[in-house]
Amino acid sequence: MTAGRDPADERRARDESAAGHIARGRAHRPPARGPLRRPGTRETTAPAGARGVPGPAGPADTAGSTDATPGAGPPGSRADRTAARRFTDPLDRLAGRHIRAVGRSRRGGIRGAAEGERRTGALTVAAVYGAAGALAVVALGWTEWHGVREPEAALAFGVLIAVGEAIRCADVPPALPRASGEHEQRGEPAPVAAAGALGYALLGHLDGQPTTHGVLQVVTVVVAASLAGMVPRLALGCPADPGHTARRVLTVAFAATCFQPLHHTGRLTSWFGQGAATVGYLLALLALTALCDAVLAAALARARTGWPYVPLLRDELWALPGVGSAICATGVVMALGVAVAGLGALPVLSVPLLLIQYAFRRYAGIRATYRQTIASLARSTEIAGYTPAGHARTVAGLSRAVGRELGLSEPALTVLEYAALMHDIGQLSLVDPVPAGATEPLPGAEQRRIALLGGAVVRQTGVPAEVAVIVERQADPYRDQPLTARIVRAVNAYTELATAPAAGPDGPAGTAGAAPLHALERLRLATARDFDPAVVEALATVLSSPVRGRSPLRTRG
Amino acid sequence: MRALPLGARIYVLCAVFTAAVCAAPVLRPQAAVPWATVVLLAAVYAAGARGTRAPWPEWYSPVLLAGAFLLPPAAAALVAVPGALLAPVERRPAGVRRIWHAAQQAVAVWAAARTFGALGGRAALDAVPAPGAPGFPSALAAATAAALVLCLAVIVLECGVLVSAERHSPRAAWRGRVLGSLVPHLVHGPAGLAMAVLWHSPYGPPAALLVLLPMYVSACVFALYHRERGAHQATIRALVQAVDIKDRYTRGHSERVGRASAMIARELGMRGDRLEALRIAGILHDVGKLGVPTRILRKNGPLTPEERRIIELHPEYGHEMVRGIGFLGEARAAILHHHERLDGTGYPYGLAGTQIPEFARVVAVADAFDAMTSTRTYRRGRPVATAVEELKRCAGSHFDPRMVRAFSRALDRHGWHAAVTADAAGEERGNAPADPSRALPEPAVAATRGGSAAARPDTTDGAP
Repeated sequence: MTAGRDPADERRARDESAAGHIARGRAHRPPARGPLRRPGTRETTAPAGARGVPGPAGPADTAGSTDATPGAGPPGSRADRTAARRFTDPLDRLAGRHIRAVGRSRRGGIRGAAEGERRTGALTVAAVYGAAGALAVVALGWTEWHGVREPEAALAFGVLIAVGEAIRCADVPPALPRASGEHEQRGEPAPVAAAGALGYALLGHLDGQPTTHGVLQVVTVVVAASLAGMVPRLALGCPADPGHTARRVLTVAFAATCFQPLHHTGRLTSWFGQGAATVGYLLALLALTALCDAVLAAALARARTGWPYVPLLRDELWALPGVGSAICATGVVMALGVAVAGLGALPVLSVPLLLIQYAFRRYAGIRATYRQTIASLARSTEIAGYTPAGHARTVAGLSRAVGRELGLSEPALTVLEYAALMHDIGQLSLVDPVPAGATEPLPGAEQRRIALLGGAVVRQTGVPAEVAVIVERQADPYRDQPLTARIVRAVNAYTELATAPAAGPDGPAGTAGAAPLHALERLRLATARDFDPAVVEALATVLSSPVRGRSPLRTRG
Repeated sequence: MRALPLGARIYVLCAVFTAAVCAAPVLRPQAAVPWATVVLLAAVYAAGARGTRAPWPEWYSPVLLAGAFLLPPAAAALVAVPGALLAPVERRPAGVRRIWHAAQQAVAVWAAARTFGALGGRAALDAVPAPGAPGFPSALAAATAAALVLCLAVIVLECGVLVSAERHSPRAAWRGRVLGSLVPHLVHGPAGLAMAVLWHSPYGPPAALLVLLPMYVSACVFALYHRERGAHQATIRALVQAVDIKDRYTRGHSERVGRASAMIARELGMRGDRLEALRIAGILHDVGKLGVPTRILRKNGPLTPEERRIIELHPEYGHEMVRGIGFLGEARAAILHHHERLDGTGYPYGLAGTQIPEFARVVAVADAFDAMTSTRTYRRGRPVATAVEELKRCAGSHFDPRMVRAFSRALDRHGWHAAVTADAAGEERGNAPADPSRALPEPAVAATRGGSAAARPDTTDGAP
């Protein structure tokens, strides 16, 4: 992440242009030429001389590969006019009028909504950062003025938090390859630091004596340790995550505020005694803290990405029972264990969390590899010349965006993405490729046959069974389909129509920008049987949305 | 269900008898056994053993260690018994296996508790809350030693039953076990000690049980990891089967080339990741045939020069396809260059000699061998000996003589089993995610399991 450009992105771009290079050799040729579709491809992929890389992408290719991406010109007013001029037959004229009306209202509405959204996002970020910063300044000043109580505990917990922050860099590889769309990191990336901070907030006894450090000292230690832990990460070139630190400060302050004053005044002992009931109170307190953290995290994620809030919050809450519960339990155990056995117990108690972190790292690694392999399998139809280059990836990215717009959860989005990547795999069993890889113009029975063949291949890949179901059912009428299959069908049809060289046989000659709108309208007109109206509307919203991060088409243009 | 060998029966009976002797002192009238602790720990252990299917690490084993630290040895031995009796058993005879596990764990926990007491851990544990006393560090040392004893006792007893009942050789039974279970036990020892300390404290069992939660979560994540890995291997197979869809003649060819490549690699002294990468390179070497039109692949009769040129593009297509898969590493070069010849007359680039990557030279030999020995619809396969002769004749011009020599040595040693696992595995896999033991890294499984004959029953039968 040093030069501002993700190496994974770069590699992806290179790959795509290479795949386009190969596929263009035949995909745009007339399909009637029979089996020998690409004489001369060998010359174009001629050796780069030395062993190793076959020197795929000349500069001309890199420039040329963009023309294959759909919607290179985003639907804008100029495009609207062009489209409207070119519609000739009555259906198209009707469609053109409809598009203009929808476009006008949509443009006005979206711009207003986007403004509001952006302002709310900026406000959220400012409020969270401001609160955390103010709290940190006050706490630092107070601690400076009053001095540090129980310095050995402060030092021990501070070191633990700093180490936990420092080792989280290795946890989430900065250049995690992305098959398509954007992936948000869920859950806590630095579990040891989080548990240490919570444990210090809940520390009530040390060496048999009640502790006297207050809320502000807890905040001071957490802030100082987090900053110290950030230093090695910054030195290694990992990006800083100020939002995460702000959240940590606020949640720890919340937990400490609910515990330390009660503890100092002796109320806690009088309410719960010195036993198991205290454990219950601490657990409940940390559960509440975790909920608050999830709410904050979702708000920050919304401000950053502009995605709908409720699914984001749901994903955050879903991440809680796993690592979140382990962190809370370890926080309580740290506070109590140090109270009983002294500070020497601290490293011992953080070992299970290190184990979790290690396991997560392995898991993240294999997941990334798995995703790459799926993407390779998906590209096999492109290499084989059945579908245009980049088709699977485009459909996957757009499907993910539509699924997010419709409020699907993160696991469902992953299933959707895999299915979208592999939706054309059934075409491999065709002896002759379908023209331009477009299944949508085929007769229904043929579409279903290809879909079933694809499902049979997908069932052997070890992906969840739902993926195979989506691939199998992608050609059914929408009322028989699960929602995810409806999304894949609509997005696939849209992509095929929008990228077809002449925007279909009866449409106008494709000008950039005209085809996407025309395609969308064709989808709208087929909502009686083939496409789910809700999905088509979500697709339209995604396509016309100017909010950053929502439109995969925009980022590729 | 088969009857157990006599030796195994005697062995299990001895173990049960030993366990009974270990646990017997609880019945003495003067034994002050904290029954509430025993029952609670045993219940937690049983719930853990019964309720989860995460294979590794056994997250609930800190409960056993906490029992060993908190209870007198005889009572600690009882903690494991209900869990072992209730735990699901995968293979028959289930009853004997359950009894055996209960006895094994009872004896091991008893040994751990003895060790802990002998090293002064119990006194140190009592001294932990006292400020100033070095209670915790010395208890930690004793706890780690006890965990190691538990680990070793379990392994030794397990080896005994493998030797007596399953007729493994002692070395094969022992190999690879110690390192695999040492690390989990080094984590479980301190966790068990933390449980024991909190159990003793005023906060009591609820605080102690919280220690188990992170262990459980980590076990879940590991299970997730293993599931994902199995799915990934299935996906690689699916890549191969996508080729099978197009080119039916070569069914099983990829699988066999992968196996032959792994044989050569092992003969050359490769281990671990490189062996695995070479195996996958062999399996995926023809994946580029996806890019060749189906009509040409399925054509009966001689190919025109034009068609031949198109078929010769497949290494490049294959390389393009797998380029995005980061972990393949050297395997990608093998896919690109497996049709190069040593004298520079091969394709796609006409590399010569050591310009050809090592992996590609290995896969080239394996590919040629399988192409010669396998039977196609239009010709019969040649015998293995003839094929090896042919390889040796072309060594130096086509193939690297080092690889050919290694392959012929490997064939002399292990023989060649042409039975294809892909066919059988492909049919029986059906809808379920691939069985991890059947999935790609077969040699790794065989190596860790030790008994290679028992680990690979599917390769020994039905060879024509």
